[in-house]
Amino acid sequence: MNTMSSPSPVLASVDLAAILREARVTEALEQLDGELVGLVPVKTRLREIAAFLAVEKARSALGMASGAPSLHMSFTGNPGTGKTTVAMRIAEILHRLGFVRKGHLIAVTRDDLVGQYIGHTAPKTKEVLKRAMGGVLFIDEAYYLYRPENERDYGQEAIEILLQVMENQRDDLVVILAGYKERMDTFFRSNPGFSSRIAHHIDFPDYSSTELSSIAGGMLERMQYRLDPAAAIAFDEYIERRQRLPHFANARSIRNALDRARLRQASRLVAIPGPVDARDLSTITEQDIRASRVFSEDNNGSD
Amino acid sequence: MMTNIGARLTQGQFSFLPDLTEVQITAQLNYALKQGWAIGIEYTDDPHPRNTYWDMYGNPMFDLKDPAGILKEINECRKTFPKHYVRVTAFDAARGWETPRMSYIVNRPKVEPGFQLVREEREGRSIRYTIRSYAADKPEGERY
Repeated sequence: MNTMSSPSPVLASVDLAAILREARVTEALEQLDGELVGLVPVKTRLREIAAFLAVEKARSALGMASGAPSLHMSFTGNPGTGKTTVAMRIAEILHRLGFVRKGHLIAVTRDDLVGQYIGHTAPKTKEVLKRAMGGVLFIDEAYYLYRPENERDYGQEAIEILLQVMENQRDDLVVILAGYKERMDTFFRSNPGFSSRIAHHIDFPDYSSTELSSIAGGMLERMQYRLDPAAAIAFDEYIERRQRLPHFANARSIRNALDRARLRQASRLVAIPGPVDARDLSTITEQDIRASRVFSEDNNGSD
Repeated sequence: MMTNIGARLTQGQFSFLPDLTEVQITAQLNYALKQGWAIGIEYTDDPHPRNTYWDMYGNPMFDLKDPAGILKEINECRKTFPKHYVRVTAFDAARGWETPRMSYIVNRPKVEPGFQLVREEREGRSIRYTIRSYAADKPEGERY
């Protein structure tokens, strides 16, 4: 029963769906679904985290124990699998649920944290941490912080400061570490402090070729271009070939390929004598795609 | 100043009020950040009103979104200089302003003896007035 001593009126029940709806989290998740192709395991994890946070909120509304949950995450996956994009969306979701106060994303790499001489690292790292307060700190290729081959490397200092803040100011900022899977695993093995402070390890799978081709479709649509039917077939073939080549960076390679196709289309149009119409300007043809070096035999990994 | 109201230094904003709590400081910081001002932390043990330039504690803080980091710095400064005056300034870099827009004391010594009014007799029985801080008699670092 509600007694006089309770500090605030304790509710009897809480509507979880209402919490999510009010915070417009469902909306953010749906936006993520619509914007990002594939990534099913990532989306599932995000839904789980959002649900967990809503439950935490409900628990604290009912006056139950709800220690600030540890929200630090690690994103592992190959380049171009959408880690930064998802991090931005997470910042937004956390902000809407009230787990970070401002919801901005600060993306940094080793260079932003580690100094060049003795005594340079600590202020630099603290500066970045201060900027990230109230939001999400996204450390790309986090394993570069740790260089085991050089025991006097200043990265260690940055790691120590990071760990301290991750532990003591959990309600002030959320840290997301990102990078390739294998190297992150090595990094966590040699820095057990990190893996124990990170609650959510999310693995980003590579895109399948169908997913890549629908990503390409989305990109073209946003840039107001289109592939003619022959070009669409050629592009699917391009994706198949490109995937097998080294240095394949998923969505980023697709973007680069499209940019190159646009370049070729432009020079083709300029070479045409006489006027061009809107249709010509927005259409990428088969020859724009087929001219790629990926289709020549002696290619060793470029777009 | 010279009357030493409540034995408290009254410089900057809120100086006639009781000391600001952390919540109140956070609210003030939030306001400054929302205006896009750069926040600096300064300390001194020579609170003469004409001592405009206090020592900076760390660099001025630009491009912050949230006051948590600043509050941490303030508390570190308080810990380093528990018996100094510590103030927070918010600098407006906008063209035409280019000046501190806020300045308030967040840490002060326990006992503030105030200022003495010094009268100097000049030629022709004229008098020159000046003030000096009682605390400033002692060397730097040993005041208060």
